[in-house]
Amino acid sequence: MLRLDEVTVRFGERTVLDAVDLSVAEHETVCVLGPSGSGKSTLLRVVAGLQRADAGRVLLAGKDQSAVPTHRRGVGLMFQDHQLFPQRDVAGNVAFGLRMRGTGRAESARRVAELLELVGLPGAQRRPVGALSGGEQQRVALARALAPEPRLLMLDEPLGQLDRSLRERLVVELRALFGRLGTTVLAVTHDQGEAFALADRVVVMRDGHIAQAGTPLEVWRRPASEFVARFLGFDNVVPATVRGECAETVWGRVPVPRGTPEGACRVLVRPAGVRIASVAEGLACDVVARTFRGDHVVVRLRPADGPELEAACALASAPGVGDRVGAVFGVDEVAVLP
Amino acid sequence: MAVPLAFFGVFFAYPVASIVSRGLKDGGSWQFARIGEVITDPRIGHVLWFTTWQAAASTALTLLLALPGAYVFARFDFPGKHLLRAVVTVPFVLPTVVVGSAFLALLGRGGLLDELWGVRLDTTVWAILLAHVFFNYAVVVRTVGGLWAQLDPRQEEAARVLGAGRLAAWRRVTLPALGPAVAAAALMVFLFTFTSFGVVQILGGPRYATLEVEIYQQTAQLLDLPTAAVLTLVQFAAVAALLGVHAWTVRRREATLKLVDAARTARRPQGAAQWALLASVLAVVALLVLVPLVVLVLRSLDGPHGYDLTYYRALASAGDNGGTFVVAPLAAIGNSLAYALAATAVAVVVGGLAAAALTRREGRLVRGFDALLMLPLGTSAVTVGFGFLIALDEPPLDLRTSWILVPLAQALVGVPFVVRTMLPVLRAVDVRLREAAAVLGASPLRAWREVDLPLVGRALAVAAGFAFAVSLGEFGATVFIARPDSPTLPVAVARLLGRPGALTYGQAMALSTILMLVCAAALLVLERVRTDRTGEF
Repeated sequence: MLRLDEVTVRFGERTVLDAVDLSVAEHETVCVLGPSGSGKSTLLRVVAGLQRADAGRVLLAGKDQSAVPTHRRGVGLMFQDHQLFPQRDVAGNVAFGLRMRGTGRAESARRVAELLELVGLPGAQRRPVGALSGGEQQRVALARALAPEPRLLMLDEPLGQLDRSLRERLVVELRALFGRLGTTVLAVTHDQGEAFALADRVVVMRDGHIAQAGTPLEVWRRPASEFVARFLGFDNVVPATVRGECAETVWGRVPVPRGTPEGACRVLVRPAGVRIASVAEGLACDVVARTFRGDHVVVRLRPADGPELEAACALASAPGVGDRVGAVFGVDEVAVLP
Repeated sequence: MAVPLAFFGVFFAYPVASIVSRGLKDGGSWQFARIGEVITDPRIGHVLWFTTWQAAASTALTLLLALPGAYVFARFDFPGKHLLRAVVTVPFVLPTVVVGSAFLALLGRGGLLDELWGVRLDTTVWAILLAHVFFNYAVVVRTVGGLWAQLDPRQEEAARVLGAGRLAAWRRVTLPALGPAVAAAALMVFLFTFTSFGVVQILGGPRYATLEVEIYQQTAQLLDLPTAAVLTLVQFAAVAALLGVHAWTVRRREATLKLVDAARTARRPQGAAQWALLASVLAVVALLVLVPLVVLVLRSLDGPHGYDLTYYRALASAGDNGGTFVVAPLAAIGNSLAYALAATAVAVVVGGLAAAALTRREGRLVRGFDALLMLPLGTSAVTVGFGFLIALDEPPLDLRTSWILVPLAQALVGVPFVVRTMLPVLRAVDVRLREAAAVLGASPLRAWREVDLPLVGRALAVAAGFAFAVSLGEFGATVFIARPDSPTLPVAVARLLGRPGALTYGQAMALSTILMLVCAAALLVLERVRTDRTGEF
């Protein structure tokens, strides 16, 4: 459906997108994940034709779009801060794209009602957009983007400004909705939870180029680099030397998956793979912090040597700050990074 | 940007330049010695001195009286506030000629004060100063009060919580934020009073003349073009310097402040002190703004046989006014409206294009253009008018006998108002709204029509209204170029005032009243469509 061919964008000296290759298949939901300033929003703007690429091509359904102005590309874009038209009511906003395509009044009113039903705002047609809450604006913006049935729907930080519970609910709703409508979606976000929940495929970006692409499970299980691992919130990374089925680190020996090539690398131990045991059993550490996470507790451990590490443990068995414990590493939660 | 530039080139720079060169060129060579001669002439020195100090005094007096008003309008909620704000703005769009006649009716021979206490101020400088305050009260209330209303009161509250007293919080937080706006308002008032023409012409008598009045007399009565040219240059330099300072303060004001919705900052006055402040501001408004307007209306009705419509009826015929007119003065209403409409159309097109160009681009050149657009406000209107006659009467542009000349001159004064009103609104339209429209399938033109136009439409209406009001009241240039058989309202008023006799005086008052009512009506319509963000005037 969408293909980017070595797309490069420069703002003066800074290269915002550096020869990015990306493709999105029909009916697929792809989420671009990256910290702010990694070029994700620019990527969407290039596809929409709001930003000219300095090099490379954007192809939609196999056709080069470089000479096609924004309004003829037939893509939808939901802006980060919605950009609802303040002088129009909800129906006026949702129907805007339909009017641009010359859809008749009755047909357009029917579509608006249908879409508002779909996004959970039935009967909101006449409400002024200024009076809507953040979540409602969000839904109106989504309905507005969906109304002209774009061949590609792009979402810029779709759930960014919403509170946590609403966000979690909307992610589920959106995924179900896109599945039902068969929409092709390209979304960008800085929140990995959102990306993993929404996407068929995740693309992690860093400084204008793609750091890793894959299914959420692949990216989660095998981060391609220390950057990706740390961006996903995994801080237990140390330099290591693999010998056989173990890696030598400052934390002692860490088991690695079978078939890992020998030699120097880095290993990641996800917090769930750090088990708290007695000092005699594992790496001796002091507990320096304890964070309650609802269904589990994350404790921060300081070993005698090397970087601090985090362990996720059950509520009942979590040690307190100041305790001296031993850390044992489980091979299932270990990933080897280059 | 090309259209506004061309407009200003042909209809402003060219006429002004040609009249200056006509004055300073003798036999093909420049006579710069004239400049020294004129400037060192003690009479001219006196005029310069008077122009400057009366402007300074008027500005100080206006600030003194209007700043409490700005505070009251910004921070207090009281019944009739919106109506009252419209009322205090009426004087600003009133033709200077009307202001002059209103104060003449109040302070002059046979005026209200004369009848009551035998006090006459029309030959003193006080009449001029008071008329200037009357005229510019709204400038301060709108410029300073408009910003004041949008300052977040929580800033001051934050200072209070941090241990500052009420006064200290105001002095350290609010005052610095308001400073640039006060400076900008003061500069505008200074500019308007420095170039004051109609008011001084009517109230100044033989003793007091501003530069502008002097230019008029040198040009129209003494036919001393070289002196007029030098004076024009002097005024030009002074005004350019003032505008430079003004542009600087405006930029500082735009740069630094975080503003909130004005509607949320006002509340009911609380406690005796606040009610007293409100009462005193209302008293000042009543005395300064309402009384002259009311007196003007009363004078126009106070005929030889008691209160009736004698003077209004006399306006309807050409014969009853001692041959001042070849047509009935009432015809001036039709002329004025037609001219003002044409001028408004020109001003809106030129000003709108200029504002659009200023929104799209940045940089030093644009800021220079911005200041250039303000120049006609401060340039001698008399010079522009006379320049029109001299410069535009020969091919390729022979417009002297064309009716379009008057609207063009009036549009010149209207354009700055259009630009000032449109600019903040155009700048406030988020670029991404246009992008959102484009993504939804709107072509650039369609996006402009669907997104920009509805957002700026109200501002456009306001701008047009202002342009209409100032065109209606334009006097300095029109007095030169309006043909004798088709005078505008202000020109007719001035002509009537220039004749002795109770009947012509009464007719002048009647015509001024009509002019005032037309302007006030235009303004009241404006207040209804006014948006929150619109401009400084």
